[in-house]
Amino acid sequence: MIPELGEFALILALGFSIILATVPLYGAATLKTLWMQYAKPLAKAQFTFMLISFICLGYAFSVDDFSVQYVANHSNSQLPMQFKLSAVWGGHEGSLLLWALILSGWTLAVSLFSKGLPLDMLARVLGVMGIIATGFTSFLLWTSSPFLRYLPRYPMDGADLNPLLQDFGLIVHPPLLYMGYVGFSVAFAFAISALLSGRLDAAWARWSRPWTNIAWAFLGAGITLGSWWAYYELGWGGWWFWDPVENASLMPWLVGTALMHSLAVTEKRGVFKSWTLLLAIFAFSLSLLGTFLVRSGVLTSVHAFASDPERGFFILVLLVLTIGGSLTLYAFKAPNVKSESSFAWLSREMLLLINNVFLMVMAVTVLLGTLYPLLIDALGAGKISVGPPYFNALFVPIMGLMVICLGLSSAARWRNTKMENVKKQLMLPAIISLLAGVIFPFLYGDGFNFRVFIGISLSMWIITTVAKEFKGKFRTSSSITEKLKQLSPSYYGMMLAHIGVAVTAIGITLVSVYSEERDMRLAPGETVELADYQFKFLGTKPVKGANYTADQATIEISLDGASIVTLHPEKRRYNVKKSMMTEASIDPGLFRDLYVALGEPLADGAWAVRVHYKPYVRWLWLGGLLMALGGILTVFDRRYRQNKSEKQGVAHA
Amino acid sequence: MTPKRQKRLIIILSIVLGTSLIVGLVMYSLNQNINLFYSANQIANGEAPVGTRIRVGGMVVDGSVKRATDSLRVSFALTDYEKTVNVVFTGILPDLFREGQGIIAQGKMDAQGVFQAIEVLAKHDENYMPPEIAETMKKKQEAIK
Repeated sequence: MIPELGEFALILALGFSIILATVPLYGAATLKTLWMQYAKPLAKAQFTFMLISFICLGYAFSVDDFSVQYVANHSNSQLPMQFKLSAVWGGHEGSLLLWALILSGWTLAVSLFSKGLPLDMLARVLGVMGIIATGFTSFLLWTSSPFLRYLPRYPMDGADLNPLLQDFGLIVHPPLLYMGYVGFSVAFAFAISALLSGRLDAAWARWSRPWTNIAWAFLGAGITLGSWWAYYELGWGGWWFWDPVENASLMPWLVGTALMHSLAVTEKRGVFKSWTLLLAIFAFSLSLLGTFLVRSGVLTSVHAFASDPERGFFILVLLVLTIGGSLTLYAFKAPNVKSESSFAWLSREMLLLINNVFLMVMAVTVLLGTLYPLLIDALGAGKISVGPPYFNALFVPIMGLMVICLGLSSAARWRNTKMENVKKQLMLPAIISLLAGVIFPFLYGDGFNFRVFIGISLSMWIITTVAKEFKGKFRTSSSITEKLKQLSPSYYGMMLAHIGVAVTAIGITLVSVYSEERDMRLAPGETVELADYQFKFLGTKPVKGANYTADQATIEISLDGASIVTLHPEKRRYNVKKSMMTEASIDPGLFRDLYVALGEPLADGAWAVRVHYKPYVRWLWLGGLLMALGGILTVFDRRYRQNKSEKQGVAHA
Repeated sequence: MTPKRQKRLIIILSIVLGTSLIVGLVMYSLNQNINLFYSANQIANGEAPVGTRIRVGGMVVDGSVKRATDSLRVSFALTDYEKTVNVVFTGILPDLFREGQGIIAQGKMDAQGVFQAIEVLAKHDENYMPPEIAETMKKKQEAIK
């Protein structure tokens, strides 16, 4: 009964989406206030029914209703409760329902936090989001309903959730990632509304900025968590594989980063307007492309689950309609958009433009590498895959160039900047960064290392230029605490995010250069030495978990005879699927991780054991979180909550 | 030429140059880093190059997995149910590696016709079959009909 209620609520939600997609937009086009006013209540109704539907599915999972196909395929009565609930998005149908729920959540959020927004703009934004919701909810209902039943003969117990997904990571990673993916639909809706209404001024940019920043922050946090999850869960100690699905999440993040910066220029200076619109369209299109790649199974990927071509085709149609429709609209309307000011060669605008170009180049590089195998296959030229060296060879240098510009931009002013000023401002940071880059590898490693030199210099370059600019803010002010209060949350958010870039860069550099790894055959009592640490294998003993049995190893780690920690990696065997799972054991630290994972059992109680020494690996996630935190901080800027009177003044200008 | 036009010309020229440079670099690194996929059948027929990095996919033959006693060296055979190819790998195999399971190995063919794998991939989902293998199987089934 409950699942049917869920299906019914989903149908009702679709009904509201369809009305939301038509009535307010028609009202905005014909200036009928009453029609436009429907947008808000419709957004609420759509969210309510979507939520009911989602709760019904969650309920079916919690009571082990295995007559529901989706539950039977992704859950089991032995599964611990928190995983039963997160198994709701552990498969295709449920994760799409989560997608749709989050979309309606964003729609609701726009309708609630839009006090300054003129009615016609609000109606258009919500209307566009209604169109997207209509597409996705129909997709859910027609090709992937999670509420289908096995009746009258249903299985006694479920097929269980994939053991890799029985982890804390599944609880947080997909929702955060989807918050980001779907969040770009708000920026997209704002862009489309701007094109429809022809209004594209500073006020417009100010409305869409917080939404873009927060979606970007969620996406970044989602990617970071995904990387961390892969690191401890897969048992290889890797944190990024350039897997198509990872790339699919990285591309919208890169374009989103460009969009965020471009929006800043559009707000402050009234230039890059049509470029900003285009970026908003791209960011959301790439989010859809990501969904398509993950869900269609067209690419070989670690995330590829058994999938069905019909679903892929449906998303492809949605993708083509979105991109085609929005670009057509753009082609007709964008030429009317005019820049409001000009800028010189050396100016903050120019540097931000260069930053945008670099980010787009990176996104295109990743896109090419991801889709090239598909293209070659479609041409019938064979099956290929593109390896990580391709991505590293292009991504790393472009990133480096961009970081140089990041430092420069902190010294540049809007409109025009004198070369002497830039030199004066940046001479000291440049010297400090280069010195740090030269000295660090001698202190930390055993001699000069070019990669470490580049990585550390660039990271220090960001930190020193940010610090120098921050210090410069106090030049004219007598009271330090006064000035600290005066600076806006946007400014603090920006600094935090930029420092995050540096922290991530340090992490990536050091973990790539100084990591040590060994796969060894170890008999009980044997010791292996790695990076001065001694790992002593003391054998395994059987243990029993909630829904698995495991061999648990004991490995004592010591440094120069002094005991550091004892780790217990496991090799689990899940009862239901009879599948094996490696549970790595990690001793985390700010400056190094010690990582142990079990391979296979060999003869005489010996095991294949993988030991890793990972210096500074935490920094790359820490940096990712700092960036996300920075993005969230900007949203608390008072500018975005200005009252109506001021807004109207700008809107009519 | 007016200064404004000159500025535009510079911008356009730098965009064209920059784009061609990037496209060139991308194409170069793509060609350096693509791994062609071969089926066991193709390898048995000698179609695969020796010493170039390639991928091979197939099902692990039942009873073929043999481990060395003193190291992590393991050898097994891959089949597309037509021909088989012998694979040697040193290291830890993924959890989902087992006999009868579809896997993809990355590495090089040596002169003896043995595939020296440096990476073995099995997928998250045990019902999953790599698209490359699925296609080879399909062709095979059609051929039988």
